[in-house]
Amino acid sequence: MSAIVEVRDLARGYSMGSGAVQALRGVSFDVQDGEWVAIVGPSGCGKSTLLNLLGAVDTPDAGSLTIAGERIDRLSDTAATAFRLRRIGFVFQRFYLMPALSAAENIELPMAEAKVARVARRARVQELLGYVGLAARAEHRPSQLSGGEPQPGALSRALANRPALLLADEPTGELDAATGLEMIELFRRLNRDGTTIIVVTHDAQMAAAAGRRIQMRDGVIVSGDVP
Amino acid sequence: MPVRLAMLALFRHPARTLLALLGIAVSAALLLDMVMLASGMRENFKGFLMLRGYQLRVAPKGTLPFDSDATIDSATALVNAISKLQGVSAVSPVLGAQLQTTVAGDSSVTAFTLGLVPDVQGDYEMMRGRDIVDSNSVVANERWLGATGHEIGDTVTLAIGYDPQLRTAVGERRFVVQGVARFHYIAATQATLGMLLPTMQGMGGAARRDRVSLVMVKAGDGVDAERVRERIAAVSPRISAISLEGATEAVEQRLGYFKQLALVLGSISLAVGVLLVTTLITIGVNERAGEIAVLRAIGVSKGSIVAQVVMEGIVLTSVGAISGIGIGLVTAQWLERILSDFPGLPATFHFFVFQPRDAGIALAMLGAAGMLAGIYPAWRAASLPIAGTLRREAVA
Repeated sequence: MSAIVEVRDLARGYSMGSGAVQALRGVSFDVQDGEWVAIVGPSGCGKSTLLNLLGAVDTPDAGSLTIAGERIDRLSDTAATAFRLRRIGFVFQRFYLMPALSAAENIELPMAEAKVARVARRARVQELLGYVGLAARAEHRPSQLSGGEPQPGALSRALANRPALLLADEPTGELDAATGLEMIELFRRLNRDGTTIIVVTHDAQMAAAAGRRIQMRDGVIVSGDVP
Repeated sequence: MPVRLAMLALFRHPARTLLALLGIAVSAALLLDMVMLASGMRENFKGFLMLRGYQLRVAPKGTLPFDSDATIDSATALVNAISKLQGVSAVSPVLGAQLQTTVAGDSSVTAFTLGLVPDVQGDYEMMRGRDIVDSNSVVANERWLGATGHEIGDTVTLAIGYDPQLRTAVGERRFVVQGVARFHYIAATQATLGMLLPTMQGMGGAARRDRVSLVMVKAGDGVDAERVRERIAAVSPRISAISLEGATEAVEQRLGYFKQLALVLGSISLAVGVLLVTTLITIGVNERAGEIAVLRAIGVSKGSIVAQVVMEGIVLTSVGAISGIGIGLVTAQWLERILSDFPGLPATFHFFVFQPRDAGIALAMLGAAGMLAGIYPAWRAASLPIAGTLRREAVA
C-alpha cells in the first residue's frame, strides 16, 4: 500500500477574543490507500481542525499536507474547491442534507456541480441509494426521513463523485445506538470495498471498528503512527 | 441546479416571499407608471398633433397656437402664399374667439369658437348630425349642448360680446346647430363651436377681418416637413412656423415638471425595490449560512453560490415585476382620470400611454435591479469562511 495522506508538522492557530488558541502543533502522520483511521481524543484537542485541514476547507499556518499526491496546503480557493469536489467526501455529524431537496437530489448535487451527465448522475444515485439501503426513500426530503436514514443519505452524497478520501466528523454523534451500529457496519463495508476513511469520533465502537486509531490531546498526536 | 436551489430557497418561507413579491409588484407598478408618464406624454403629444396629418403650425410671431389672443393679419394672402410653396399639400386656416350664447333667463354661455374651412379642417371630427354646410350653420361639442340645453336642429343666437351693464348681447347672429363634433385640441370641459372661417371673421368687425389665429399646414407624402417649415418661415416676418418636433419640445418644456416627477418617483421606486430584495435575500443567506458552508465544503464553487443567490434576486424581481405590470396599468388608468381634469387639457390628450417598449424598459430596469440587489448577499454568501461557519453551526 502507498500513503494517500501525508501530514507533516501541521500547525493551526486561532485568535479567540483577546487571546490565541493553538489548535494543532506539529501534527504528522500518514494514511495508506484503503486504510480506515479513527482520530480520537477529548473535545478541543484539535480533531475537527485537523479534519478541516484534511478536507481543504481550511489552510494550515505551517506544515505540509499531501493527499493523493497533491499538496493541498498551498491550493488557491478555486483549486481547493475543485479538489474537495472531486477528491474528498465529507460526512458531517449533523448530516447537513439540503432540506429543500430530496435524498436523490442531495446525492446528485455534487455530481451536477462536477458537470456529470444527467443519465450518469441518475444511475449513480440509484447505485448509492441501493448501497446504503435507501432506494425506497429516493424522493423523500430529509425531514421525511426517519432517525437513522439521513446519515446514510449524507454518506451517499459524500461518495457521489468517487472521492479518493472519505472524511467523517462524528458520523454517529447524532444517532441512537442501533442506527449508530448500522452506520459503523456501513463504514466497514465501504472500507472493505476499498474506500480510504478518516473518521473523527468520540464513539468507542466506531473507533474500535477502524483499522487504526490516532489519539490526540492538546493539538498533538499522543499515540498512533507517527512517521 | 442553482436555479432550482434559488427557487426552493424562495419557497421555503412562502408568506415572506409573497409579501416581498407584493412589495416588488407595487414598486414595479409605480416604475411602469413613471416610465409611461415620462415617455408617454411626448409620444402622445406627437400623435395628438398628427391626428389629421398636419405636421406644421403657423402662429403669430413668438407665440404658440392659441397661446394668446394674437392673430395674423392679411390671412388670405398668407394662406395663398403658403399653398403655393413647394411640398405643401394642404393648408387649413383657423380663427379662434369667444362667442356668447344667451340661455334661459339673463345668463349666457361662453363658447370658444373656431372659424375654419370644413374641407381641410383638422380640428374636429363629427360625432353625429351634419357638418357645417353654410354660413348659417355651426357644429357644437357635447359640453356646449349640455350647457345651453340646445340640440341638433335648434336655431341659436350667438354674439361676439355681452354688455353686463345693459345686460344685452353685442353683435348677434342666428345659426342652426347642424351636428355634434369632438374638438381634438380643445379642453373637454370647454364649450366649443365651429363655423365657417369667413363667418367668424365677419362677426368680429375690423378687429377680425382677414385675420387668423393659426394656419395648419400639411406637407406632401415623402416631403421633408422641416424643409417646408423653413420655406414657410421665410414667407413673412410676422409668423412663426412650428414643426411637430418644435411643438413637442415646447410642450415638453412646459410639462417638464411631470418628467422630473416621473424620474424622481421612478428612481425612488427602483431603489425601494432594490433595498427590499437585498434585505430579503440577505436575511435568507444569513439563515442558510450553515447550508451554504456545507455546499462549499462538498465542493460547490463560489460561482455557483453567487449564481444561486443572484438568481433568487432575479426570480423575485421578475415575478414581482410581471405582476406589477397589471397593477401599473390599472393605476395608470386611475391616475389618467385624475390628471385629465388638469385645466385646459384636450379630451384626446393622454398622460399615460402604454407601449410595450415602456413595459420592456421597466422590466429590464427591474431585472437589472434584481441582479444588483442579489450582488451584496451573494458576495456575503460566497465569502463565508467554511470552517468557521461549520464550527459555529456545530456549536449552535
